[in-house]
Amino acid sequence: MNIEELEQIAESVRQENAKYDHEINVCMDLACFSQGASQLKDEIAKVVAVSGKKVLVRRTSCMGPCSAGPLVAVDPEDTLYRHVKPSDAEAIVNSLGGEPVPSLQCDLREHFDQQMRVVLENAGHIDPEKIDDYIAREGYQALVKALTEMTPSDVTLLLTESELRGRGGGGYPTGLKWGTVAKAGGDLKYVICNGDEGDPGAFMDRSVMEGDPHRVIEGMAIAAYAVGASKGFIYVRAEYPLAVARLTTGLREARRRGLLGNNICNTPFCFDVEIRLGAGAFVCGEETALIASIEGRRGNPKPRPPYPAVSGLWGKPTLINNVETFANIAPILRKGGEWFSSMGVGRSKGTKVFALTGKIVNSGLVEVPMGITLRQIIEDIGGGVPNGHTFKAVQTGGPSGGCIPNEHLDLQVTYESLVQVGSIMGSGGMIVMDDTSCMVNVARFFIEFCMTESCGKCIPCRAGTAQMHTLLTRICDGAGSMSDLELLEDLCVTVKETSLCGLGQTAPNPVLSTLRYFRNEYIEHIANKRCPAGVCTIQAPEEVLA
Amino acid sequence: MALYPMPSLPSDDKRWKIVSGAMRKNGYARHALIETLHTVQSSFGYLDDDSIRFVARSLRVPLSQAYGVATFYHYFSLKPPGKHTVTICAGTACYIKGSDMLLETAEKHLGIRAGETTKDMLIGLVKARCVGACSRAPVVMADGDVAGEMTGALLIEQLERWAVE
Repeated sequence: MNIEELEQIAESVRQENAKYDHEINVCMDLACFSQGASQLKDEIAKVVAVSGKKVLVRRTSCMGPCSAGPLVAVDPEDTLYRHVKPSDAEAIVNSLGGEPVPSLQCDLREHFDQQMRVVLENAGHIDPEKIDDYIAREGYQALVKALTEMTPSDVTLLLTESELRGRGGGGYPTGLKWGTVAKAGGDLKYVICNGDEGDPGAFMDRSVMEGDPHRVIEGMAIAAYAVGASKGFIYVRAEYPLAVARLTTGLREARRRGLLGNNICNTPFCFDVEIRLGAGAFVCGEETALIASIEGRRGNPKPRPPYPAVSGLWGKPTLINNVETFANIAPILRKGGEWFSSMGVGRSKGTKVFALTGKIVNSGLVEVPMGITLRQIIEDIGGGVPNGHTFKAVQTGGPSGGCIPNEHLDLQVTYESLVQVGSIMGSGGMIVMDDTSCMVNVARFFIEFCMTESCGKCIPCRAGTAQMHTLLTRICDGAGSMSDLELLEDLCVTVKETSLCGLGQTAPNPVLSTLRYFRNEYIEHIANKRCPAGVCTIQAPEEVLA
Repeated sequence: MALYPMPSLPSDDKRWKIVSGAMRKNGYARHALIETLHTVQSSFGYLDDDSIRFVARSLRVPLSQAYGVATFYHYFSLKPPGKHTVTICAGTACYIKGSDMLLETAEKHLGIRAGETTKDMLIGLVKARCVGACSRAPVVMADGDVAGEMTGALLIEQLERWAVE
């Protein structure tokens, strides 16, 4: 494979597509699929066949605004239809070449205008199971360019220039990490893609793996070239069977095209990837636990150092990056480090994909430039809180993050600013809560999650989260006292400072941030035995009356 | 390989061949333990003592390690599943939209707790961490099919449909 051959494939796809006058793209991502997108696509194909029009009907990955699903996009007219039913197929096909169907059309200009698509640039435009569709959109050009025109250290240098930071949440500079693994000795090294998206309420990585698997594979291959690895693993949650299937197809296709395997692009570079299934353990998102899991053991984390970059999988130098980080690699190689670092602010460059959910009008996947304000994401892109309720908080970072109140909505989204207000960037879950959510109950929800997901290796996390859960339950039940609150705060600090891995070190964050901004709700539960949001069932009302 | 005699298949059930095929594919490597247990669970629906013993012996992994892995990961079940499974997502987005009420409704209706199966082995109730369909919260899976924007009434309707089948 070389650039000319890639161009040939791309050209043949373009010629094939040019035979059609229109393209009807049907979103088949989980949200749309669960509302009958599959039957919808079949129906559209049937109507198209009868009509005799030259129309390409394509299944695509997530287009973004899932709450408007099932979604259908018509090109080149660039019309987006929402809540499409199989019975609407005829109207849509008939409208081709004329005026769009007004009753189905959706105007989400405000939703899309402030977004910037890098990771999701192919979303809604390619069939995820067709490697040629990906190649037609400049796919694998970055890999071929790296292998034929650049040295491994050039690639790492470019990454450093781009100022890309880890998208799993930690924000460690990617170029620096690659450089460390590249410098590590030994001839056997590994590249691991962390697709164990454990954060409940987040589905960005699922969408990328399902919708654009080759982007992840290409990113991994480039990484392997840069650090000198010959073997890769993608660790995917077993709860994402479609992602596993799409990646399996993707790997097979890439091998068939000679983009994985031995002597890729007639260079000495050899690289192949295997898929490893997770088995439902949140802690396996932590890199040392993930490595243990790939080795076939319980997902218990290890103290660092040594970092995986020096001694990782089977004791060999190992590069671990998140799905979204790998998805950013190919565009950076194609367009340059400067292009990437021109997006974003401060030390946070590029874009970030968020799964915007909860009490919000336009829920779904959004990709925004770093430095955008939370208010823009929630009010402009998300369309605000529905049903006349008022906004209370937005939760980022999942069980390791915190709740950010209204007063901080004008905050620019960067790794540092989110930490300042008591949360973290996290992997990209963004859950909006309104006045019907009780913040004490939310804190208890997250602590319960961390308690059940604690691997049990270190005591502060295992016992600390259980004690915090007991205290929070007592407060939720209206049986808490002010000394419980004191003890809770004390425990937060202990668990945070003494736990072994990230799970325990960040587990108190949801409690700390709700205590910081919504202390009055805790006090209300304790002093007045009342849940302001009406969520908690306060026990023993007789006592309150007395 | 000849130094370690392979244990014979626990029974002539054809599914054991799938399991031993999966181990062979991975060269009987010890690190393929989790992969193999996945194959057992997808073939038999759950992991029982016999299968864990068989896999541990075949891969020459201590039984304690195999049992440790089987119990550590939530995805593995040591109990046979019911004929139908209803999975209630308890991810954050679903929780915010009232999945705890759905769970309560299902528990009350079936008379069992999450993680249990009805006595007649008809319906199993599972609480999931997150199925990744957050924008359609609250989400319930009926035998693997995702249904979004679930309500208590719709959920009971589904459970009753199974009961009269």
